Amino acid sequence: MAFVDFSAREIHCKIVYYGPGLCGKTKNLQFLHERTSPSRRGQLISLATPNERTLFFDFLPLDVGSLRGFQTRLHLYTVPGQVFYDAARRAILRGVDGIVFVADSQEARLAANVESIRNLEKNLREQGYEIAEIPYVLQLNKRDLSSAMPAAELSRLLTIKGEPTLEATAATGAGVFETLKAIARLVLLDLRKRRTPSGFTRATAAS
Amino acid sequence: MSPADLVLYEEDFRRLQQILRRLRQESGASVVLLVDKGGQRIVSVGDVEALDMTALASLTAGNVAATDGLARILGEREFSVLLHEGEKENIHVSIVARRVILVVIFGDRSSLGLVRLRVRQAGAELERAFAEITERMEREPVLHSGFEPLLAEITDEDIDRLFTE
Repeated sequence: MAFVDFSAREIHCKIVYYGPGLCGKTKNLQFLHERTSPSRRGQLISLATPNERTLFFDFLPLDVGSLRGFQTRLHLYTVPGQVFYDAARRAILRGVDGIVFVADSQEARLAANVESIRNLEKNLREQGYEIAEIPYVLQLNKRDLSSAMPAAELSRLLTIKGEPTLEATAATGAGVFETLKAIARLVLLDLRKRRTPSGFTRATAAS
Repeated sequence: MSPADLVLYEEDFRRLQQILRRLRQESGASVVLLVDKGGQRIVSVGDVEALDMTALASLTAGNVAATDGLARILGEREFSVLLHEGEKENIHVSIVARRVILVVIFGDRSSLGLVRLRVRQAGAELERAFAEITERMEREPVLHSGFEPLLAEITDEDIDRLFTE
């Protein structure tokens, strides 16, 4: 639910990193947090269990620059990947503008990836969205592991609508910014397409 | 347009801000804000510089979402009020017009009873404001928000330039 503030000249968009447990969603945000200048990022908030598994969500606001004089702020969220946290995942999808699906490249996690994509589709529908219409990027993560499936094969198995697909190793940061740029582009192009934004617009014209 | 869509004009903002200012004054609160259910801050008044308002908005929405889940388990439509009591600071959270979250942060200068009373009054005013905004949007669905021309002008190159500045 993008928020366009014409008075403050700001655009805010919500991007959710989705995927199965331990696929590297939080790692993506941690890397972005580490490598962004403090003046352009807010606090990284992690609502995690004592053993550092995401319990509810991670949240990182990032300022990515000016778009025609409008400061563009991305609000990045992750969902908890573990299957039994489905209610939390649904809640976080509220008002989403774009999704990064973080796939775990290991062959042993293929079924978990597929199940998570199905789960995403179902949860989006329950929030009134269709996966076919929402800006969506696929990230093939953990490319550094010897057990990683060939990217082309994994991509063929997981691609759902010809979405941009990026290879990454979130643990080292490879492909992390590229993924964010890809989803930001789709979200902003989607805003351009809409006749009015979904969400709140603070307009300057008098009614 | 989905039911979540809402376009607020400057005068709407001023009206919402005025309601929040009065609520803050009359309840002795330090900060009052409106947040959408997706975690986006809409309007805030008070000592906003002292707090990380972006994080506050996001966590409040998460809190409300979790509580909505609890309500459903019990067969309730929603729990319309949440309260967090600290040693010095307290947070009163309520749902307005089923779509926005009203957050009041208050300390020793106020009391829960007073906050409840003033939130009820302000809540009714906010409900009216949102009802009128929704009604106007139904009357003039594709309003003259200035939004369409602005975003239509955005080019691929503009987007490419992001992240590089």
